[in-house]
Amino acid sequence: MGTYIPHTDDEIEEMLAFLGLTGVEELFAVVPAALRLHQGLTLDDGVGEPDVLAHLGDLADANRARSDRLVCFAGGGAYDHEIPAVTAALAGRSEFVTSYTPYQPEVAQGVLQAVFEFQTLVARLTGLPIANASLYDGASALVEAVNLGVAASGRPTVWASAGIHPHWRQVVTTCAAGTGHRVRTVGLVDGVTAWPADDDGDEPPGVVAVAYPNHLGCLEDLTAVRELCDRTGAVMVVAFDPVASGLLRSPGSFGADVVVGEGQAFGTALGFGGPYLGLFACTGAHVRRLPGRLVGETVDVDGRRAYVTTLRAREQDIRREKATSNVCTNQTLMAVTAAVQLGWLGTSGLAELALRCARATRYTHDLVTAIDGVTPYSSAPFVREFAVRLPVEASVVVERLADEGFLAGIPLDGEYEDGERSLLVAVTERRTRAEIDAYAASLEKAVSR
Amino acid sequence: MSEPTVPTERPAAGGRATSAPLLGRDPEPTLFELSHPGRRAWSFRTSGVPEVPVDDLVPAAHRREEPAHLAEVSERDLVAHFTRLSARQFSVDLGAYPLGSCTMKYNPKVCDAVAALPGLAGVHPAAPASLTQGWLALLVQLEAVLCEITGMAAATLQPAAGAAGELTGLLLMRAYHEAQGSVRTKVVIPDSAHGTNPASVTLGGYEVVTVPSDARGCVDMAALREVLDGDVAGIMLTNPNTLGLFEEDIAEIAAAVHGVGGLLYYDGANLNAILGVVRPGDMGFDIVHMNLHKTFATPHGGGGPGAGPVAVSERLVPFLPGPRPVVVEDGPGGPRYGWHEPERSIGRMHSWHGNTLVLARALAYILVHGGDGLRRVAEVAVLNANWIRHRLSGTYDVPFDRPCMHETVLSARSLKQATGVRALDVAKRLLEEGFHAPTVYFPLIVDEALMVEPTETESPQTLLALAEAFERIAAEAASDPESLTGAPRHTPVRRVDEARAARSLIPTFDARGGS
Repeated sequence: MGTYIPHTDDEIEEMLAFLGLTGVEELFAVVPAALRLHQGLTLDDGVGEPDVLAHLGDLADANRARSDRLVCFAGGGAYDHEIPAVTAALAGRSEFVTSYTPYQPEVAQGVLQAVFEFQTLVARLTGLPIANASLYDGASALVEAVNLGVAASGRPTVWASAGIHPHWRQVVTTCAAGTGHRVRTVGLVDGVTAWPADDDGDEPPGVVAVAYPNHLGCLEDLTAVRELCDRTGAVMVVAFDPVASGLLRSPGSFGADVVVGEGQAFGTALGFGGPYLGLFACTGAHVRRLPGRLVGETVDVDGRRAYVTTLRAREQDIRREKATSNVCTNQTLMAVTAAVQLGWLGTSGLAELALRCARATRYTHDLVTAIDGVTPYSSAPFVREFAVRLPVEASVVVERLADEGFLAGIPLDGEYEDGERSLLVAVTERRTRAEIDAYAASLEKAVSR
Repeated sequence: MSEPTVPTERPAAGGRATSAPLLGRDPEPTLFELSHPGRRAWSFRTSGVPEVPVDDLVPAAHRREEPAHLAEVSERDLVAHFTRLSARQFSVDLGAYPLGSCTMKYNPKVCDAVAALPGLAGVHPAAPASLTQGWLALLVQLEAVLCEITGMAAATLQPAAGAAGELTGLLLMRAYHEAQGSVRTKVVIPDSAHGTNPASVTLGGYEVVTVPSDARGCVDMAALREVLDGDVAGIMLTNPNTLGLFEEDIAEIAAAVHGVGGLLYYDGANLNAILGVVRPGDMGFDIVHMNLHKTFATPHGGGGPGAGPVAVSERLVPFLPGPRPVVVEDGPGGPRYGWHEPERSIGRMHSWHGNTLVLARALAYILVHGGDGLRRVAEVAVLNANWIRHRLSGTYDVPFDRPCMHETVLSARSLKQATGVRALDVAKRLLEEGFHAPTVYFPLIVDEALMVEPTETESPQTLLALAEAFERIAAEAASDPESLTGAPRHTPVRRVDEARAARSLIPTFDARGGS
């Protein structure tokens, strides 16, 4: 078996003797004998590292849907973007990978400054002045935004657009069992949210949450959402797509109070869904309610620029049951990764990335909707993702296209009208014209069978 | 030529980092200060996709008027910048990191190799079960070994960190009681608990009831009995607790809590101490969260990602978050895997399936060790902590002077009375000795706490060097207290002005203003 324990048997004997003990089991004398495991764990004995790599390599090979084998047209919050060698190399540096939360700023300036830069980049993308050091994923960022919004407005009713990723809304609903928030899902008409009239008898919302672009790829009218929030006094939460934001107006410019998002697209592997990166930004008015960590700039005793986690009095280890959030461990490494990737993209690269995605998406959309029986799900504008209705079950199409070398997309959730026969398609900058042409040809074959 | 000699003198301490080079004392410019208009690093695949004008792609009402200003740097400058930042960062790979409660053990590189396998890293999370059988098999295998290690019936792998696991556990507790038709309002936690516990209790919709610790550093049984009644949904316990002490009365505690219909929640922050020795399930716990980034050595990433799976006893299985990876058919051709929604599920706790690449690393770690190796991990972790406690017990106060588990809580209380030097000063001075500082001022119930968790991967030589550093610092406190209160002096920055950071908040480069 492999081991990472340096001690020799002799050293262990010496250490035990120093403690006046004769065997390691005596270290556990305080554990009541009746509770102890006398036969040991029923697990296989340890094996060598090569054996473990071989076993997990076999499992990896059993995954047909890997992006190096199936050309990826799936999105829905997880995208097959380029991860350049430079991002992998820098984000993989073990000083970033194997450090802990920066509790000792004197020896943690590397992570602290990288997170400070990340916060700056997220603030600029969202158009808001404050961004935190990350949350677990898009869903957890939305939960925290809802909690902040309810606390700020003092009203527990949440209007959540059905255009927000269904999984994210499901997590909000799960957590509402504890907080007592009332979540009302507001349905879509032609792919965009049909907000209820303000006087429809329901109590006014404390939070209004919408996605931009939404889960179907459609661009929502954020000006109308801002007006709705102004009329009702609700906190405006926007779940944005940080890549699409290279082309789109920032949610902050529409007046969003809180912006959340999934940052996986910036240098983090698809990885079957984690670890990803929850993005969270807000206006200055809400900074005392900000969930999670925040890095601020200050000086050291010699007056030199330094970084430190700040406004700590919000956090669970100090405020305990009155904390604004229970978050402790977050996704710092993914935040550092995103800072590297956004540094690599830069101002021109992000705009170019978003444009390339939009062009490839439009090209794919036009080819796909020219197929007999395949129709657009919505007439609303889209930029990096779109949904289509199919003449057959979408899950069947996904299986058929896997045999042709494609991950065709994601069958829409059953909650959407005609969801089982609808497919969500995302096209990133990694897709070539040849791949897209072959995909459309395979799709045509698959739906006409 | 002389015979090769075997060093018989004391070997050098592998965990001491005082040789780490530090070039100069200038601040590192930010990405934004390195930026120069027109410079770039990006390059994309040649796609051949028609170059439609942007006006035809995005309606004017939605279009960004000018690009989002990020930074404009060359790849060369980008690499230099982040490499220099990394040189301003302490890490496990650099030296010993005895940060109590955090289990900063060595992170095996083979686990990184596993997480980088294209067949794991390149899989889209929405791909159907038929195309992701390997991932599902991996998750099912991990769930099984975690259940064996904790003595529980089933587990969810969705929670992304310990605190997410806590909230999951509390929501399971709530769903369970509601299914029994029982309305309960309170959750009991000891005064030594991690801050995430009370914060999670509030988010779970419960009121926190705190019980004091007794003179032994364990839950005060009499005080516990006093607060237990039909309103108590459960108790959250860390065992060994945050003082590094095993709650010997655990069976009695379990009986008392179960006696009023409550559930026992196990905070797995300190699971490393008891691997293969005793299991939470056998102690009577109903819900257990694990911190895979602590116990199973997945790297902490400067503050995350972690993974906080939650294992439960049989009666709570129907409430687990869904969908769960399961074996749907076990035929002659091997098992077929799929997703299953538990009948009374509390719902989803993650955007997808959890921090899956972290989960894969943890499984690799567990398989390398096996049952025997995991027990060895606990033994040496406890041995190392006791060695440090015993060695330093004449130099620092040991508030609870009894054998500890994987960590020991010392105190600088007497040192402070005698010299004015505080736990914080000891911690800052230790940085200059080539070690990360211990956790200070936690648990809150110990005055001037210094919480030391060496972990099993630090050698006896490193422990000795660490102990000698602690001893030198105590001696220095008497002879030259200013050398401690002024420490550190040779780190990239010295003590930072935390009050100023909070008072004049600068959370982004753009908030910096003229300063």
